[in-house]
Amino acid sequence: MSAKEYRTVSSAQGSLLIVEQAPQVAFGDQVIIRDHLNNKRHGQVIRTSEREALIQVFEGTGDLDLENTWVRFLDQSLEINLSPEILGRIFNGIGTPKDGRPPILSNVRRNVNGSAINPAARTYPREFIQTGISSIDGLNSLVRGQKLPIFSASGLPHNRLAAQIVRQAKLVDEESSFSIVFAAMGVSYADARFFQEEFADSGVLGNVVMYINLADDPPVERLALPRVALTAAEYLAFDLDRHVLVVLTDMTNYAEALREVATAKGDVPSRKGYPGYLYSDLAEIYERSGRIKDRHGSVTMVPVVTMPSDDITHPIPDLTGYITEGQIVLSRELHNQGVYPPVHISPSLSRLMKDGIGKDDTREDHPRVANQLYAMYAKAMETRNLAAIIGAEELSERDRRYLKFAEAFDSQFVGQGEDEDRSIIETLNLAWELLSMFPKDMLTRVQEADLAKYHRSAD
Amino acid sequence: MSETDNQGTIREINGPILTIQLPGIRNGEQVKIGNLGLYGEVIALKGEIALVQSYESTEGVKPGEQVFGLGKPLSVELGPGLLGSIFDGVQRPLDKVFLESGDHIGRGINLPALNRERTWHFVPEPGVAIGAMLSPGQLIGRVQETAIIEHRIMVPPNQSGELLELAPEGDYQLDDPIGRMQSADGKPHKLMLYQHWPVRSPRPYRRRDHGLSPLITGQRILDTFFPLLKGGKSAIPGPFGAGKTVLQQQIARWSNADIVIYVGCGERGNELVDVLETFPQLQDPYSGHKLMERTLLVANTSNMPVVAREASIYVGITMAEYYRDQGYDVVMLADSTSRWAEALREVSGRLGQMPVEDGYPAYLSSRLAAFYERAGRVETQTGAKGSVTLIGAVSPPGGDFSEPVTAHTKEIIQTFWALSKELADARHYPSIDWVGSFSEHVITAAQWWHQEISPDWAHRRKQALGLLARDAELSRIVNLVGPEALSSAQRWELEGAAMIKEGVLQQSALDPVDTFASPEKQFLLLDMVLMIFDRGSELIELGISVQELTDLPLMAKARRAKQTFSSDQCDKIRLLMEEFKQAFSKIRLEYAKFKEHTQ
Ligand SMILES: Nc1ncnc2c1ncn2[C@@H]1O[C@H](COP(=O)(O)OP(=O)(O)O)[C@@H](O)[C@H]1O
Ligand SMILES: [Mg+2]
Repeated sequence: MSAKEYRTVSSAQGSLLIVEQAPQVAFGDQVIIRDHLNNKRHGQVIRTSEREALIQVFEGTGDLDLENTWVRFLDQSLEINLSPEILGRIFNGIGTPKDGRPPILSNVRRNVNGSAINPAARTYPREFIQTGISSIDGLNSLVRGQKLPIFSASGLPHNRLAAQIVRQAKLVDEESSFSIVFAAMGVSYADARFFQEEFADSGVLGNVVMYINLADDPPVERLALPRVALTAAEYLAFDLDRHVLVVLTDMTNYAEALREVATAKGDVPSRKGYPGYLYSDLAEIYERSGRIKDRHGSVTMVPVVTMPSDDITHPIPDLTGYITEGQIVLSRELHNQGVYPPVHISPSLSRLMKDGIGKDDTREDHPRVANQLYAMYAKAMETRNLAAIIGAEELSERDRRYLKFAEAFDSQFVGQGEDEDRSIIETLNLAWELLSMFPKDMLTRVQEADLAKYHRSAD
Repeated sequence: MSETDNQGTIREINGPILTIQLPGIRNGEQVKIGNLGLYGEVIALKGEIALVQSYESTEGVKPGEQVFGLGKPLSVELGPGLLGSIFDGVQRPLDKVFLESGDHIGRGINLPALNRERTWHFVPEPGVAIGAMLSPGQLIGRVQETAIIEHRIMVPPNQSGELLELAPEGDYQLDDPIGRMQSADGKPHKLMLYQHWPVRSPRPYRRRDHGLSPLITGQRILDTFFPLLKGGKSAIPGPFGAGKTVLQQQIARWSNADIVIYVGCGERGNELVDVLETFPQLQDPYSGHKLMERTLLVANTSNMPVVAREASIYVGITMAEYYRDQGYDVVMLADSTSRWAEALREVSGRLGQMPVEDGYPAYLSSRLAAFYERAGRVETQTGAKGSVTLIGAVSPPGGDFSEPVTAHTKEIIQTFWALSKELADARHYPSIDWVGSFSEHVITAAQWWHQEISPDWAHRRKQALGLLARDAELSRIVNLVGPEALSSAQRWELEGAAMIKEGVLQQSALDPVDTFASPEKQFLLLDMVLMIFDRGSELIELGISVQELTDLPLMAKARRAKQTFSSDQCDKIRLLMEEFKQAFSKIRLEYAKFKEHTQ
């Protein structure tokens, strides 16, 4: 660490600071800034030349007096201390304690930027996680090491759903529970509070580490926060052999902070003013989940993305969907009909479901049942649209059956209690109950053996 | 890679772009950067000042650190041992990198792409005698690279001369010279089992040739409806989750190519792991050997440095051309070309170049065209025939096909497999939209199908597409005035289209039986569904109700046939067709009797 302090700040704007005559500053270097009141701020070098260094200040440059600002370069990237003691603690976006307790002492220090996991070091995630939620377990199953975001919108119960997943997630035949890394970016005090109480009520607080940046905390800190949180998650998973569930909320706030900084730096914008590198930047975060060869632990990620104006083609959900291994999409329509959780199954997807379900993992008919439910629901949606145009009474007998199915599906299969923890077998049996509304001949996605075993018809 | 004496200093670091002062460096030359020894390449020159893009993260690099010129542009090693490997975007072997730096990819790692320890059994080409004049690309020997692929050792494309010495049959390592030759200017050259080639220059060939036979992928919607010839170029655009990657993996698994090169360009790590874990187990339906024996992977996942992503597709295509030059039919899959274009955009943005559309530089379309131009069927330098088929996924933001990368790509390619979110949401896979897709290869493909499978192919294909078009028209009517407005014949057309969709077009990659369909099975399923439709139409004309036909228990059998009968069980599909013919005759007879009674 260098002791030299520079008093050559030549400009400050937004979150950016320029220091002159600092010729040997490393790119990505961590910076401590002391202002005229002797308060410390933190920053990171984002451009450096022999003449000057450009610094991004996490706390912003508000109220800085350039004459009386001292800058110290630490000659290292942003790093955090890690030890098992982080569990049960609360930190801010750059890993400083926020719970009034002392900082973590440890000789394990990690660079928060990580470097890419070697694809040759990964193993394919295939262990089914039972969340107890039928629309997820039955149709969009989550597996250990997956990144599966919740696409939501303002006013929808994504927090409650995320909390329910955290509470209920388990492996079917394993006792070990998940350690939780909770990363909150720009959330309201009420939302942060909601999660804290949730963790306390379910008695898991001691197994949770929280990184919290509230809506009125400095936005730039949000850029470091998920990296800090994931560094902790990787430590728990790959050093301490734990299975870690990371909840990141809300990635939309993260991306907005990124846009703010990019604009200030003068980066070329692509869509909606977001920088062209938003994709790569998000990928650096999301791709830190996974399973690694010969390591016992895993990092499973459930990011929350609120879609601005409910628009799934908005760059944030769009780019997220291009990176993550599926998405659980919430629907305002279902929510307004009182369905909880309002999971809209058509645009929802789990890309890693295929290897986590079936004979040895859940039940042999699971893949085909999911397929069949989707086929019936798709047809039912077509019928619903038709009914909206010509009136339900004009529909044929067969078509009306689809409408009845859709209703039952939304209310009984998708809809469930916030404390209702359904086993995967219960979910599959419920699926068959609904499919049995159709005669066997109409169910061509399942096998005849499945029909013989599970179809509820009289014959 | 070795340093030259050419040495300079770093002036500025802006993410992956560095400004350096290095007199005498060439544009495109590779450099070794700073104390960490990162690799990069020069992308612009202005006097003594060069702009460099780094393939690795520049975190921790300081102005004032040194830079060395490496004397040559980004090149790849080409020789036995490529197959079965996984490389990063600049051809570093990721399994070796794993041994060196562990779970995460370290920086400044300099490892040769090809294994130097392994020995190869070299068999010199009979008839290549000492004193012979060797021409560029000439075959001088062979090595059995994998159980199915014989690696043909060639004189490098830009060398020729008199053969002075050729090693006898035996086991050699890559660094053992296997011969010597003397070029016209009197200079001696060693002949090795491997060669180098700069990735941004296409490898030479004698002339272009026509594509003749279709690439059979085992996917009905591709082979039967929108065929692609070996040596063709195609694109798979689609929003996220529509099935681009699964489709490309299906092609990697089941296509009748000799060599498959799969480039994961800015996509998920787990998707490459999926290939790495499954291909060594899966059997190639043509050779019976493991798929990994003909496959190689290039991986620059979305979280790896963006500059190496830009390089990765050139690294992939150069290896593809190399096997083409050996006379093989190669398929290269790039998932996704949009991420490559974005890497281009990011670098151009950092260089302050003027963006034209959505932040992309003006040269986007010419770069895309030049890349796709490296596909094709050619006559090699020695007169053999080889091909590179290029299939690129395109990831349009928001699924909007009018965005620059999709729009420019569409102008360049010959086959366009457009994926639709609506179909994917309804779990109709592969979610290829038959209205928005096209193939310019249908006429040539038809010749193959007519010769190999059935003279009815083109006719049946056209009939099916016609029925699907009618389906769209009639569905519009239904949505306006309800199904009651349709005649029986029209409702039967809707049923026919539904059977085509479910019985023919939909094909699950996850279904163990239906994941691959031989051309024969493809045609039989199509023929069966259309036979049912034709005969059914006749009955309906006689006055039989649509319901009576749809209620036939046989109908469910027809829709299940694809997943019931494998490609080896085509006879059973024929038997099922016979059953249908009998059932229809029976209905016709009963109906005639019934008519007699009532008259
Ligand atoms: N041909 C197919 N057969 C079965 N499932 C498919 C097929 N194509 C896509 N899918 C399903 O859709 C998901 C997303 O497909 P993928 O190819 O990863 O989409 P994209 O690459 O376009 O984002 C897959 O995980 C799989 O569940
Ligand atoms: Mg994909």
